[in-house]
Amino acid sequence: MTTQQAASHLPARPGVGYKPQHYAAIMEDAGSVDWLEIHAENYMGDGGRPLAQLRHLSEKFPISVHGVGLSIGGEAPLDPDHLARLKHLLGWLKPASFSEHLAWSTHDSHFFNDLLPLPYTGATLQRICDHIDQLQAVTGTQMLLENPSSYLAFAESTWAEPDFLAEVARRTGCGLLLDVNNVFVSATNLGFSPQGYIDAFALEQVGEIHLGGHDEDTDDHGKPLLIDSHGAEVVDPVWALLDYTLDRAGPKPVLVEWDTDVPDWPVLESEAARAATALARLPMAAQ
Amino acid sequence: MSEQMTAAPITQAAFTQAMLDARQPVPEGLLDGQGHPAGRRFSVYRNNVAVSLTEALHEGFPVIAKLLGKANMDGLAGIYLRAHPPKSPLMMHYGEDFPDFLAGMEQLAHLGYLADVARLELAIRRSYHAADATAIDPDWLGAQAPETLMMARLIPAPAVQVVRSPWPIFDIWRFNTDDDAPQPQAQGQDVVVLRPEFDPQPAPLDPGAATFVDSLHHAPLGAAAEQAATEVPDFDLGQTLALLLGGHALCHLTHAPNEQDLT
Repeated sequence: MTTQQAASHLPARPGVGYKPQHYAAIMEDAGSVDWLEIHAENYMGDGGRPLAQLRHLSEKFPISVHGVGLSIGGEAPLDPDHLARLKHLLGWLKPASFSEHLAWSTHDSHFFNDLLPLPYTGATLQRICDHIDQLQAVTGTQMLLENPSSYLAFAESTWAEPDFLAEVARRTGCGLLLDVNNVFVSATNLGFSPQGYIDAFALEQVGEIHLGGHDEDTDDHGKPLLIDSHGAEVVDPVWALLDYTLDRAGPKPVLVEWDTDVPDWPVLESEAARAATALARLPMAAQ
Repeated sequence: MSEQMTAAPITQAAFTQAMLDARQPVPEGLLDGQGHPAGRRFSVYRNNVAVSLTEALHEGFPVIAKLLGKANMDGLAGIYLRAHPPKSPLMMHYGEDFPDFLAGMEQLAHLGYLADVARLELAIRRSYHAADATAIDPDWLGAQAPETLMMARLIPAPAVQVVRSPWPIFDIWRFNTDDDAPQPQAQGQDVVVLRPEFDPQPAPLDPGAATFVDSLHHAPLGAAAEQAATEVPDFDLGQTLALLLGGHALCHLTHAPNEQDLT
């Protein structure tokens, strides 16, 4: 295990996904929350309240910029306009971390507002690495790449997901964002061991951990089908998987995401407090 | 392993086509964890895309959604999102074609005002995200000699939006956002969206005032007022100026950002 914090200057403390309705509460008393994550695309307007709030928040908190629209896994070249917008945002905000997804969301110049799945093949690997090389060169920023939630698998895949991500990190020098809820969702949906996935993951490359809530459904065969909704509390098995991960990875920045049916601030803050407890029990915790 | 090696690749074009059209079969080569065809697992993506874009339209056009009712809005959104998927990952811009789409729907022809109300909602959203600018001080304006003032270039702040309509779109918008608002009257209304600080505020414009505001983008104050007066001889410059100044809507030319950035 290495103590290197890959590609992130976030504190190994709890953060939450920022929602504008929590602005006043956060500025008054953020409680257990030490840093905030924003979705990059919501702060690419020309001005107004979103940018004013972000400027104020960034004076008080480390900020993580989380992109949801670059379509790094897309077959088409990266959108040069969107690259320029990312460069501009990262340039003035100088965030503590920047991350994006192992997914695609744009095809034929149409954006689908969802993170769509990729086959783990040599061709995909090459494309992802080329896009990350370009992104890191244009923005001058080392990025973190996040593991997806999977609802299905591709017959054509020849790589296991943790190995695929480790290879992308090795080739491009990017870090990884490990979403523990996504691991739990994918493991349940595809029938693999979540602990086995963590064991295979390049934990030394992890610069940030995500947690979030999911919904429960079933597939055609009555088997559980979990949906990564970010619309509920983090469930106990995911908290247990966080402990399992932190025991192996050491302290990391841990983020709670809650994007739909967003609760009042005290509910979200209490989730962050639970993450603080998980971090505090580590022998290596800074404080 | 050899079976995996020979599986045909699924292009993103094929994935997209099946995702947007639920009548299409799920692409072959998508599996659950046990090697069975993915079946309704693929519907998660169909559903995510449709639900997220439908929600974005509800959020972007709350008055249209209220006027149509949820079921009708959902139905229209389902058609719109397949015909007009977002062209940019900036969801703040999604729905720019929605007013024209509404105008083109034959079954909505009896609700002639819908498209212009949607244009007003779009203008409010544009105003919200528009660049900040330093508004001119009303005291500065009061201190100018009239002839200096008429030659001055005072341009609308980037957050200022104008929507002209033969329908009472301000009244309709207010009636659906404010419980105490009066019933809309049968008259055309031009509307300006002002943003004194961060919250866009639509306001009805006097006849001729929309032309005045538009003319300010390329003409000095006096010429813009003359332009409005050719359209409406009794155009009241003082009243419109007071409205705009109160809404922090006018900037000195040098204080406004490059207008090319605003498109």
